[in-house]
This record gives sequence, C-alpha cells and structure tokens, in this order.
Amino acid sequence: MTPDQPATWLLGRFGVSSLAILPAIENPTTSELVAAGAALAVILGAIGGIAFITWLGAWRTLWCDWLTSTDHKRIGIMYIVLALVMMARGVLEGAVMRSQQAFGLNGGFLTPEHFSELFSTHGTIMIFFVAMPLIIGLANYIIPLQIGARDMSFPVMNQISLGLTATGAALVMISLLLGKFSTGGWSAYPPYTGTDFNPGPGPDYWIWSIVLAGIGTTLSGINFAVTIFKERAPGMTLFRMPLFTWTLICASIIMVFALPPLTVAALMLAADRYLDFHFFTNDLGGNMMNFVNLFWLFGHPEVYLLVIPAYGVFSETISTFSGKKLYGYSSLVYATMSIAVLSFTVWLHHFFTMGQSANVNIVFGIASMCIAVPTGVKIYDWMATIFRGRIRMTVPMIYALGFFYLFVIGGLTGVMLANPTISYQVHNTLFLVAHFHNVIIPGVVFGLMSGYHYWFPKAFGFRLHEGWGRVTAFLWIFGFSFTFFPLYALGFMGMPRRSASYTDPAFEPLMLVALFGAALIVSALGALLIQLWVSIRKRESLAVPLGDPWNGRTLEWSISSPPPSYNFAVLPQVEDQDDFADAKAKGRAYQEPDAYEDIVMPNNTSLGIVICIASTFLGLALVFHIWWLAILSAGGIIVAFIARTFVLSTTHVIPADEIAAEHRAWLAQVRAAKSITRDMETSSANHGLASLELPVLAGVER
Amino acid sequence: MKAIMSQLISQKGHRLVLCGLSFLLLSACSQQRNSFLDPAGPIAAAQRAHFIEVFAWTMIAILPVFILVPLMFWRYRYRNHKARYTPDWAFSGWLDLLMWGVPFLIVAVLSTQLWKSTHALDPYKPIASAEAPVNVQVIGLDWKWLFIYPDLGIATVNELAFPVGASVAMEVTTDTVMQSIMIPALAGQIYAMPGMRTKLHVLADETGRFMGENTQFSGVGFTAQKFEAVAMTTQDFEAWVAKVKASGIPLDATHYGRLAAASTGVQAHDMLGSPQMPEGVLYFNKVEPALFADVLGRYTHGTAIPSALQPGAVGYVPPAAAGANQ
Repeated sequence: MTPDQPATWLLGRFGVSSLAILPAIENPTTSELVAAGAALAVILGAIGGIAFITWLGAWRTLWCDWLTSTDHKRIGIMYIVLALVMMARGVLEGAVMRSQQAFGLNGGFLTPEHFSELFSTHGTIMIFFVAMPLIIGLANYIIPLQIGARDMSFPVMNQISLGLTATGAALVMISLLLGKFSTGGWSAYPPYTGTDFNPGPGPDYWIWSIVLAGIGTTLSGINFAVTIFKERAPGMTLFRMPLFTWTLICASIIMVFALPPLTVAALMLAADRYLDFHFFTNDLGGNMMNFVNLFWLFGHPEVYLLVIPAYGVFSETISTFSGKKLYGYSSLVYATMSIAVLSFTVWLHHFFTMGQSANVNIVFGIASMCIAVPTGVKIYDWMATIFRGRIRMTVPMIYALGFFYLFVIGGLTGVMLANPTISYQVHNTLFLVAHFHNVIIPGVVFGLMSGYHYWFPKAFGFRLHEGWGRVTAFLWIFGFSFTFFPLYALGFMGMPRRSASYTDPAFEPLMLVALFGAALIVSALGALLIQLWVSIRKRESLAVPLGDPWNGRTLEWSISSPPPSYNFAVLPQVEDQDDFADAKAKGRAYQEPDAYEDIVMPNNTSLGIVICIASTFLGLALVFHIWWLAILSAGGIIVAFIARTFVLSTTHVIPADEIAAEHRAWLAQVRAAKSITRDMETSSANHGLASLELPVLAGVER
Repeated sequence: MKAIMSQLISQKGHRLVLCGLSFLLLSACSQQRNSFLDPAGPIAAAQRAHFIEVFAWTMIAILPVFILVPLMFWRYRYRNHKARYTPDWAFSGWLDLLMWGVPFLIVAVLSTQLWKSTHALDPYKPIASAEAPVNVQVIGLDWKWLFIYPDLGIATVNELAFPVGASVAMEVTTDTVMQSIMIPALAGQIYAMPGMRTKLHVLADETGRFMGENTQFSGVGFTAQKFEAVAMTTQDFEAWVAKVKASGIPLDATHYGRLAAASTGVQAHDMLGSPQMPEGVLYFNKVEPALFADVLGRYTHGTAIPSALQPGAVGYVPPAAAGANQ
C-alpha cells in the first residue's frame, strides 16, 4: 500500500494522483493546463447548470416532467440535449487537435499522451454520445408522430435506454476529472489496450462507457422496431410510411444486430483485463485479429446506422421544401434496405492490410463497392424530387445543397477505399480521416442539423431564427471543407492518422488551412447556440401553434405545436402516402371527429434515472476496482428492477372531455387563422397554417 | 482528358512539372519521396494508375450531380413562375432504370478492375525482377523498425537499403503491439502483429531515398517510428553491406533485449550506436540466425509471457548492459 492509497479496500486504485487537476498545479505545462482547463470546464459547467436550474426554480419540473417522464417526446428532447452538450466537447477537442497539428512541426504544445487521449475521447464521444443520441432523440420524438401512435411500444424501456446512454456519456465526462481516458483510439485495438501495455484505468473507462451505452442502444433498437411494426395508425401500411420511418426500421435492425458484437468484444476485452483471460493477448493463444473482426462487424453497420436516418431526414426535407411528392418512394425504400443488409457484409474493408489472401479482399472489396449503387440511386432520387418542384431555400435546403456536393465527394473517396490496392496506400493515413469525416459531417451532421431546424417548431411551438440558421449552415459547410480537404492531401503525402507531431515542413501550410476550417466549425457551434438564444427571445413572433409551418406532408404536421402529451386526440385514419398532404388537398384535414374517447397513457417512473445513477457508480467502481461499490450498485440495479415489478398501477387515463375541449380549442384557432403561402414561410405571418398552392394557382398548367 | 492526365503523369522526368502543378505533391520535391502519387516502383505506379482509373470512372456518376444540382436549384426556385411545377410526379420507369443501371454498370466495371488489380498487386506475391531478390525479416519494436538480412548476416534499425531493380521480400512481425509498415513511394502497407508473419514485396526501379513508416498508432513514440528506404546501385549496395559489417555491433540476446525496450530510433542510437552509424540508425554485423523465428515463435509456445519479458509492456525489464562501460 503506497501513501497515495490509504485504503485499497475502500478506494480501490483511486488515489489523490487520479485527480486530473493536480498535475497542472505540480507541473504547469501547456498540455497539463489544457487538461486542467477541460476538467474545470466540466466542473463549472455542472455548477452553472445547477445554478441555472435553481434560478429558474425548475428542480421540481425537471424531476416530475422530464427525468421521470415516459413521454417519448420528452425523452427525445433529453437525448438531443445530451448529444448537444457532448458535441460541444467533441468539437472543442477536434479544434484542440487541429491546433496541436497546426503547430505540430517537431513538437506542438500537447504531450503525445494527451493528444492520444484526445483522439480517443473525440472518436468515442462523436460516434456514441453525439451522433447516436441525436439520431435516437430525433427518432424518439418523430417516429410515433409520423406513424400516428401515442407513444413508443415500451415507454419505460425507452427511459432506461436514455439512462444507460447518459451513463456512458457521464463516464466519459468524469474521466476528465478522475483518472485518464484510454489512449487507444475509439476502436481500442488490443494488445495495446490490454493490461500489459495499458494497466491504468483508461481502457476500462472506454470498456464500461461503451458496454453500458451499447446495451441502451440495443434496447432502443428493439423499441423502435416494435413500435414501427406494431403501433402504426389504421390504414398506414408499410408502404405508406414516411421515408424517415422507413430509415429508422433499417437503423433499428442494425442497432439490434450490430451493437451486440461490440458489447461482446468490449466484454471479452474486460475479461482479459479483469479476469486474466487471453482472448486478445499476445501470449497463450490470444488473437487480436478476433477483436478487430468483432469491432468492425459492429463498426461498419454502425456508420450506416448513423447515415441512414440522415437519408430519411433529407427525404422529408427535400420533398417538403420542393413542394413535391418524393420521387421514387419504392426505389428509396429498396435502396435503404439494400444498404442496411449490405452493411453487414463489408466489415473487412477496414483491414484489407491485415494479410488475408487476395480473394478474401476481393469479395469484401466488391461488396463494399456495391453499396455505392443504392447510395447513388438515393442521390438521384432526391435530384428528381427537386426537378419541377418549387424550391424554398430555407435552412434545411442549404444543408441539402451542401450535402449533395460534399457527400458525393465522400462517396467517391469511399469507392476508392473499397479497392484493396488503393486502401493499401491510404489506409491509416489522414486520407482515411478525411474520408470518414467527409461522409459523417455532410451526411450525418448536416442531416441531423437540418432535421433539428425542420422539427424544432413541432417540438416547441416556435420556429428557429432563419438568419442565424443560415449562418450556422454556411459555417458548417465551409468549416468542413477547409478542415478536411487539406487532410486528403496530407494523406497522399503519407501522414499517418493519430500523429501528434511531424517533421516534414510541407505539412504545415495544409495544417494551418485545416486549423482555419476548425475555427469555422467552432463558430458554427457558437452560431447554433446564438440561434437558439435569439429564437427563444423572439419566440412570440416565431410562434407556429397551429402546427404546420412548412406545408408539411406527413402526420406529425397535422397536430398542434407542441403536440399534446397523447399526440393525437383521435388516432388518424391513413389513406395515402404523405397522408397529411393528401388530406389538405382533399379537404379532410382539420376535421372534428364524431366522438372522442378516453386515452390511457403510461405513468411516470423514476426507474430510468435510478438505473442511470446506479450504473454510473457501477462503471466508476469497475474502472477504479472499488469492488464493494460495484457489488452495491449492481445490487441496486437488480433491486430497482424487482421493485418496479411490484408497481401495479402503471397507467393513467385522460378523460375524453378534457381531450375534446383541448382539441376543439385548437381547431377553433385553426379556423380563425389566416393561411399563408410559402413566400411568407419565414415571416412572422407564419402561424403554422399553410395555403394550398397548386400548379394552377401558380399560373402554370399541371 | 483521362488520356492527357495519365500521359502527363506517366512521362519520365515529370516530377518537377507535377511539383509545380499540384500542391498535393509539394513534399515530393523534398529529399525523401513519400507519396504513391510520385511512385518509384512498379507497385506504387500501378496503385496510382488504378487510383486515377477509379477516379475517372466514378466521375460518370458524379459529374451529373455537380452540374445538375445547382442548375435545378436555380431553375426551380420558388419565385420562378415560368418553370414547370409537377407536385405529384413521382415516378418514371425509364429514369429509374437509368438511376439503378448506370451506377450498376460503373460498379461492374470497377469490380473487374478491382479483381485484377488485387491479384496483380497482392503484397504476398513476389515481384519478378532481373536482380536477385533480397530477403528481409522485419521486426516492429516500440518505436523503431529492425531489418534483418538473413542471407547477409547483418541487420539494421531504421534503414532499409537494397539494390535498384531487386525485389525485396519482407517477412513482417512485431515483438510488441500491432503496427503497420509502409513505404508509400514503393508499395502499400501491411500489418505487423505479434506471433504472426505477414509478407510485403517492394521493388524500386530508380535510385532514391524513400520515407518508410509505421501507420498504426502504437504509443507515445509512434510518430518517431519512421525509417528510410534507400534504393542504390548494386555496387553501392555492396559497399553499404561492407560498411554495416565493418561498423556494426553484434545483435545478441542482450543487445536485442535492450533494443526492444520502448525508445525511439534516436534514443536507441544513443544507447547502442557508434559515430560510424547515421543518426537514428543502428548497424548490426552478427545476427542470430534464428532471431526472427524465435520472436515469432515465442508467442505460440502456449506459455505465458510475463510483463517483464514482453517488450513494450509497462513492466518490461530490459537485460542489463553486458559491458561495464555501458
């Protein structure tokens, strides 16, 4: 027992030296100060958050209406808030890494260890705690509204999924304060992450945040799939579903089948580290190639899990803002499903260079290339949707324009990487880094940002400020281009990814351009916050309570904004694809039903938050080998589940009278309001009631 | 256009032109050549040619997007009342056939090229060469490369010399974590993994100095794990072998054990090297014939390897220096 560790049984391997701020006091180098600054930001952020809630006097609201809520809409919003907080950290880490490399000729200001921690957390956060929660959050909010349902199939499980995702995110945040995160990258290849080479808590932080969040995501996948298959409104056949819902079926399939290999691989690595197993060690028959295979068996479907819902968002926004039916609906469905299935057959292209025979590489190379076919079809389908439309250049369309140009370039470099011969050269270089950012930022991020702008008025009853939205979109588009196009060139010059420094002066100018791009991306993040602030301030003039600000085509636009907790006063009867557009055209929208019925809704429960807290302690206890706390928290989780089974009253009834009154009041508002044409869309005259604009009215023959 | 491009690139003595043309190749003007876009051997040249072919074929699918998207965004803008508006038009069989058919055909063409090139450029396949092939056994260590020339009885750290026009047949492993070896101007990379042997063949058809590196992150000294591949005339190579033999030290168990400890090439040079060896480089004149096989085999004996005996591990204990002076 060292003096640093007064009681091993009590604190495990946690000691005073685990506190991240101490090294900065003892040895104030720039690298340590950056780390301490990040730790302080977490502490101040937490204190600021607590102070803000106290100032609002919102603790009770927070607990009763949010943390214990089983409402899919509130859970969706909480997912998105979590994702945006983590995105702030992820983007700033990216900017710090760009600065390090910009000044990294023969050194830089960060130690190589700090740099490797940054690329590990940046990747882990961006994939698992930004992109995934954004998608799951958006889908949580939108899917039940799009299919005419009152909630998800399993509202409590939904809450637990959120709790486990938050646990993972919390562990990554805590690693800034206590101990250090892994230095082994987001893919955590052993044997580097094994105990021989990395005995510290870093890889354990990675393992437990991934395992716990991964279980949450698998549960989400099950929940979405069951919801979409079982909860659709009468008349909504599979081939009448909106495209976003279709893409979420594909994404849920991937969540259910692709997350388990990751969870298993991480648990096997944990067995190596905690129980002296030898799955992936150098000696005693361990084989790191098995980890690599399992990881990418998850990892490749994962990138499609991310981008497919973004395709769904673009399908909705491009059709809506072109004022046109989506071209090639069935084509898009088949293309999306093909991508989802093919995504499971290509994982080996992440390691063409591992020494398998040419024939094996060829099979996976051709399979990877095949994905370009349905992806190309989708791009062309969206182009055909624009063709002979009436396009409004709103914020989502600016993102779509950026997507068309930049994503196609990402697709091009993807086809290149599918060729083993080319992969042999550019694998593991910055070319690869540029490629996957080139599909993830213009694809996933632009898609989700446009989805955020598009559906925000549905969730909060007011539109986001259009001007700041445009600024944000352009900053993202140019920020991405300046940051990542230079990296392609650096890849051609053989610069390996994950390099903290370099010795070739030719790299420096390109790195400085990339730093400028990173500054634009940080500004985009700032503009996003300003947009939110300005919009909240101007919410009166941006209000769209009638619920249809964009002349929407699908069911979610047929109800008030924000929607009532039960979503639909009476479940809609679906008669067409784009049912709401059809209803407006045929005059069957905004009708008062013959009768209202009582609605049964799930009760609030604190199970999700209890599991979130207990599993965060479980994770921390496992990371620091505090066995008593691990047993206690695992016991807590089990007890919470058992206690839940004793709760007999899990639902409450909303009486028909109350629903009728609310619905009639809203319908009266709709009837009293003046509908607007699309040229007024971004003005304060837009209260969420759209005029029909048929070709005849536009003075052109149909 | 494709023809012009490949002609331009395939001309001999194009390097200066290319340097002027493209900032991509900025560094190709520097001493060490580091890009397959500036190839010095048949493999890298074929990789570049394949790269350009893929680029050209995909343009068939991509250029329509680049051209039509802005035209359509402008033509069908909301305020343009002259443009036709067909809100319910949502399908055309011919258009769909084109949308699926064209990408399918491109992928079919690219797949046949992929098939051919993957076989032709398989790193395990020996390259036909007029000169006698040179066998090299490569061991990746933290954070340097050990090159053993079994037929010549010599070894080097971070300098891989070979005659121009000779096929270099490398057998690759590591004695630490996973790494990946690449000489971009000559050929692509192959992973190096403990207990496993991978193969890589390279050939340079002109003399020169080429950057070689580890591309797989392997710890804090990873960025320093670079080496220089030098293609020289046969006479120069013989002189080089003689120099290694003259100025080298023996690569025995003690020296190997100390070399395997986590250090960069420069640090290893300071520890074991002599002024006759270039900076960051070590020469060995006597090598255990079974060294490579031993390193490869030690992980597959079914016995546990404690941290103290695992190079690169936190608990690794390198053997004490043999001489009192060291």
